[in-house]
Amino acid sequence: MEQAVPTNPAAAAVRKTAKQNQGYWQRFGVFYLMMAPALLVLLLNNYLPMLGSVIAFKNVNYSLGVLKSPWVGFQNFEYLFSTTDAWQITRNTLVYNVIFIILNLFVGVAFALMFNSLRSRRLSKLFQTAMFLPYFLSWVVITYLVFGFLNPEIGLMNKTILPWFGVKEPIDWYTEPSYWMYILPVVNTWKGIGYYAVIYLAAIIGIDQEYYEAATIDGASKWRQVWAITIPLIRPVIIVLMLLQIGRIFYADFGLFFQVTRDAGSLYDTTLVIDTYVYKGFIVTGDIGMSSAAGMYQAVVGFVLVLISNLVIRRISKDDALF
Amino acid sequence: MSTIAAKRKLKSVHDVSGAANLTFNVFFWIYTAICIFPLLLILIVSFTDEKSVLVNGYSLFPQKLSLGAYDFLLNDWSNVLTSYGVSIFVTLFGTVVSLGLMALYAYPISRRDFKHRGLFSFVMFFTLLYNAGLVPFYILYTQYLDLQNTILALMLPYFVQGFFVLILKTFFTNSVPTALLESAKIDGAGEWRIFAQIVLPLSLPVLATVGLFCTLNYWNDWFQSLLFINDNKMVSIQFRMYKALLDLQFLSTNSQAYTAILAANPNFQMPSETVRMAMAVVGIGPIVFVYPYFQRFFVKGLTVGAVKG
Repeated sequence: MEQAVPTNPAAAAVRKTAKQNQGYWQRFGVFYLMMAPALLVLLLNNYLPMLGSVIAFKNVNYSLGVLKSPWVGFQNFEYLFSTTDAWQITRNTLVYNVIFIILNLFVGVAFALMFNSLRSRRLSKLFQTAMFLPYFLSWVVITYLVFGFLNPEIGLMNKTILPWFGVKEPIDWYTEPSYWMYILPVVNTWKGIGYYAVIYLAAIIGIDQEYYEAATIDGASKWRQVWAITIPLIRPVIIVLMLLQIGRIFYADFGLFFQVTRDAGSLYDTTLVIDTYVYKGFIVTGDIGMSSAAGMYQAVVGFVLVLISNLVIRRISKDDALF
Repeated sequence: MSTIAAKRKLKSVHDVSGAANLTFNVFFWIYTAICIFPLLLILIVSFTDEKSVLVNGYSLFPQKLSLGAYDFLLNDWSNVLTSYGVSIFVTLFGTVVSLGLMALYAYPISRRDFKHRGLFSFVMFFTLLYNAGLVPFYILYTQYLDLQNTILALMLPYFVQGFFVLILKTFFTNSVPTALLESAKIDGAGEWRIFAQIVLPLSLPVLATVGLFCTLNYWNDWFQSLLFINDNKMVSIQFRMYKALLDLQFLSTNSQAYTAILAANPNFQMPSETVRMAMAVVGIGPIVFVYPYFQRFFVKGLTVGAVKG
């Protein structure tokens, strides 16, 4: 009966999709309305600036406006890479991030394992709370804290701690770049490790207890259980966190490198990273061309690195890839 | 025999030997001290007599206590209060708007029957992969949107963050039962109603977590102020702290400026170490008191966040 009605199948199909579409808009049109405000924000904050990346290929003149400024091809990039700056900021950004990723992984997992084997749950909670405290502080506050330790004349280091170890000569921390190779990773780990340790701990707690019971019956030692059960089972979490960090490997925490070092020029050798370079070149020196070239270099290489690391992980274990 | 068996049963499978347990405890006590000590230090230095600090350096056991630093800050209280106002407004308003915008975006892309969910998920996800950088962003904000010295410039950049949206979406997808949404629909509820009366109440844990992350972002932000604010009335508390550090540094290295200030105000006393630390205490502000409560949510919520979008 139903099949007898249509005389022209094509026209019926068109009528049918039109009707479906009408139903679709009636049902889901409201979703577009819900998403509209956030889409507007994304447009302003993320997508319009992406179009603005053309600045890197222009000689921007504010009186002409960005669109009418003359094109200069790759000249801005040539300037950038003809200086030693490009190598220095790339090296610093990468080296620090690699150190941070390794520390966050190893210290984070180690802390999580230790938390998990503490007998007193109450103490464990207390320690976690203390460990999380630095995570809640702003970089400005941390700058004050670090300065309290490293102030050359009256800081705790020079005045109290170093004399305990027989070092009488005060050290001028804010003029000697080589110390910051150690100071920055310590500060970064101290501030952020609570976050990583707790994520790993949550993953460990989620593991089924029966694995451990079986392993204990088989006579596996604690170490062996860690290597054979815990680490493999939290691998997905480890990989997601590492991918997120690798995705940002060309970016540096502006607060850490700009605030904590107090933007001391004498330290730039080991503290200048791409982000602070872009900021200084643009806001302080007003060199729009070079900063936007550096910014674009950062964005493109960062993007490629995420794609590559995701590809590598897809090859090794498909389920663990981010996309 | 039976007591031993009972004891064995009580022990968790993760229990290590007594010696290892003790070692871990000692380690964590030391680490706890390392986390708390610096804050304690600045708190005590802020209550120390200036001369005592200059002679003996920073110390937990000062020879002479004083309220001088806070006295000095009180002279500046209207500025500090204004900054507190800016920070509190930006934090409260920013967090509420952010949560609303992000939840409203995350809900449609969490619905399996929504045809374009993949496209709009990608639109969000791509912002995590590629970032245009500072220069185009700054030029857009200042030249085209005219946001310099506006409160909006402090909030807009953090309104929608891809990572949080993906956390929300994951939670909506996994923890809000589809059957519930469908039965509500059959009962005649529209999408707005479903969202407000079913999805949001069921998602309180993840909303709390993301809300707390937003609160933290807004309260601790100084970068947007650095870029866009030079009007003294719109300076957030974090940025005021940063400026205080710079000003004190400038005064201590520039004797000409110092003499000029002295000429204008002979009673001016060089603010220095203790004022700096008092400023830090003021800047840390409420966050240090509420954070233990926050932290509980964080631990629960981070578990959600660790699941990929």
